[in-house]
Amino acid sequence: MSETVVLKIRRGGPGETPRTETHAVPFEPGQSVLDALRWVRVHTDPSLAIRYSCINANACKECMMQVDGKTVYACLARLEAREMRIEPLPNKALIRDLVTEIAPTDERLGSG
Amino acid sequence: MLGNRGARARATDSGPASGMHLTTDVLIIGAGGAGMYAAIEAARRGATVLLIDRSLIGRSGGTVMAQMTVAVAVGEEAPDHWEHHLADTLAAGRGLCDPDLAQLLCEDGVECIREMDTWGVGWARANGHLSQVMAPGHDRPRCVYVDFLNTGPAVSRTLRTQVIRTPGIRRVGDLVVTDLVVKDSICTGAQAIHNATGAAVSITARATIIATGGLTRLYRRNSASANMGGDGYALALRAGAELIDMEFVQFFPIGHLAPRMIGMDPIMWDPFRYKLGGRLLNGAMEEFTHRYGATEGGKYVLTRDLATYAIIKEAAAGRGSPHGGAYLSFQHLSREVLKEAFGPVIDRIAKNGIDLTQQPIEVAPIAHYHMGGIQVDRAMRTSVEGLFAAGEAVGGANGANRLSGNAITEALAFGRVAGRSAAARVQATANASFNGAMPNRPSPGRAMRFNPAETLAQLQDVMQDDVGPFRTKAGLERALVAIRSMRAEVGDTMPQFAAGHDASRLDWLDLRSMLQVAETVAHAALLRTESRGAHQREDFPGMDDAWRINQTIRLDSADIAIARRPSLHQPAKP
Ligand SMILES: Cc1cc2nc3c(=O)[nH]c(=O)nc-3n(C[C@H](O)[C@H](O)[C@H](O)COP(=O)(O)OP(=O)(O)OC[C@H]3O[C@@H](n4cnc5c(N)ncnc54)[C@H](O)[C@@H]3O)c2cc1C
Ligand code: FES
Repeated sequence: MSETVVLKIRRGGPGETPRTETHAVPFEPGQSVLDALRWVRVHTDPSLAIRYSCINANACKECMMQVDGKTVYACLARLEAREMRIEPLPNKALIRDLVTEIAPTDERLGSG
Repeated sequence: MLGNRGARARATDSGPASGMHLTTDVLIIGAGGAGMYAAIEAARRGATVLLIDRSLIGRSGGTVMAQMTVAVAVGEEAPDHWEHHLADTLAAGRGLCDPDLAQLLCEDGVECIREMDTWGVGWARANGHLSQVMAPGHDRPRCVYVDFLNTGPAVSRTLRTQVIRTPGIRRVGDLVVTDLVVKDSICTGAQAIHNATGAAVSITARATIIATGGLTRLYRRNSASANMGGDGYALALRAGAELIDMEFVQFFPIGHLAPRMIGMDPIMWDPFRYKLGGRLLNGAMEEFTHRYGATEGGKYVLTRDLATYAIIKEAAAGRGSPHGGAYLSFQHLSREVLKEAFGPVIDRIAKNGIDLTQQPIEVAPIAHYHMGGIQVDRAMRTSVEGLFAAGEAVGGANGANRLSGNAITEALAFGRVAGRSAAARVQATANASFNGAMPNRPSPGRAMRFNPAETLAQLQDVMQDDVGPFRTKAGLERALVAIRSMRAEVGDTMPQFAAGHDASRLDWLDLRSMLQVAETVAHAALLRTESRGAHQREDFPGMDDAWRINQTIRLDSADIAIARRPSLHQPAKP
């Protein structure tokens, strides 16, 4: 049997009571947490909201979230074959699931 | 009074969920190198500018990810002239370049690179001049860079700072343009969706510039960001503009494949292989490229086309590396030599748990750049009035193949020209009445019954397997059947989505454009019955003089119509 990662993902939108979902993802050494979240979207649940652009170039800085209570870039955080707790940034406005409002204030739609 | 603000915003309805309207002189779609340069140029010529991006401003496309070099004939390392750069560019384009566009890239590129220098981009310097390095296909050291793989981030950061400093530019992120608005054959703006809220946003503009970058996300193996699915090509097509050279997708032969490595550009191995003579080996750790007509003798003499061919064929014969590529080994070199050549990059590789003295890595060809794109004239005008394009979104400058380092130069130079042309149009039409009212958004269709993220991955497989670097009639026909059946499933009417942010909404929008663009690539590739540059047909090997022809594509009602015209780059008459 190949190894699996168990992701405990905090989900929900603004104003909703957050819920924690469990997703099992096949583990491949060297993968990032973002790889596992993308796997979930393609294979089990496309409604999972995550945000990223560059995927692994460490360039866009969009994939910030909390893994086991620590703020990380999901594309740089190593996946491990164990249970991992994934949550949105606590200090930014929640948009949905793991997506929070990270754009500079004067680059947002409402700022005009 | 506009003050320091660009476009005026006015909510036309009660709340953000029900729609919003923005008005500007110049709308720029995409905030990469091309879009940001265009914004600066249009604003300093007096236009108000709305610069939008489907993700963050200056952090979402190819520009920020580029780590290598920028080709430009500044002649600081060795005497040079843009005409030499042009000659190399035309040679690489194998007879298909639009010489006017290629010249613009090479000639105006010089001024743009110099202006970036005054803005403090930090081009590497040695002995009091800009450092320029050799790159394949260039006849002399021509490529400037910012040290330690920072070229793209530095270019993006510098332009973003300059955008912020220039009065008259408003920036809005997280706004994905879904369609252009064309009235009486004139482009009058665009429709967009705000990702975070799902709000529909309409934008009125006297001039619109598509600066959305390339399409390499169409492929399973790519160097793309999530925003590089070719939106701009689909927008242009649906607006009635023409595309050109869509069959020419550049594959980079030794993209990183395995072990999974994070925080690195997947095309990073090339300069090291070039410098150090890294060895390409098959799954049995044997040299194999000689079987495909290349003698290496420890040196990097293998052309990109041949390397791509050899790796793909070896893997297809069941002799590939475990992940279906080839091994690249530096094990014959000492730790000291590696440390010297890789500099700080060796630490980043080590952080990924990779010791190059002990293990090879795996590489495979990956989709990297698109030579084709929207057809424009020297002023970056498309065939639709009021609609311009710039950067990788434009086709024609690089013909059938692009020289390394030409893409950033292209983005900057074309962005600047597009900004100038858009501002000129704003001035010229200042007194004309302008009806920019927006059509109503069609009501949403049924709920979606498929997983769009999964369908998207399937499309990437189809493109990789059958519309990749080596093509056959059977494969291309198979791909077209698959693409058309996916298009039928995905549909053209936006399905019903949850209010607010819905991850599947963006997937659906991406699928809609990617499928449309994929069809143009596969179709143009099927019709071109020869091999030239980045388009290689296994059933039609070799270049055919009769094919010194560009294929152009437009929409004829819902179907794509492909036409041919003799290349503008014809050999000089003796
Ligand atoms: C990993 C990598 C390395 C590279 N290295 C080099 C190099 O060393 N030298 C070189 O010359 N070239 C290199 N290239 C190519 C070069 O970076 C690109 O061709 C160039 O930067 C393109 O610039 P652009 O402004 O046209 O597009 P991009 O920089 O890609 O910007 C396009 C922007 O448009 C936005 N957008 C797309 N669709 C929409 C929409 N529907 N609505 C709103 N916004 C949208 C995107 O989010 C993105 O921000 C590299 C490319 C990659 C991917
Ligand atoms: S996805 Fe770009 S930094 Fe993580």
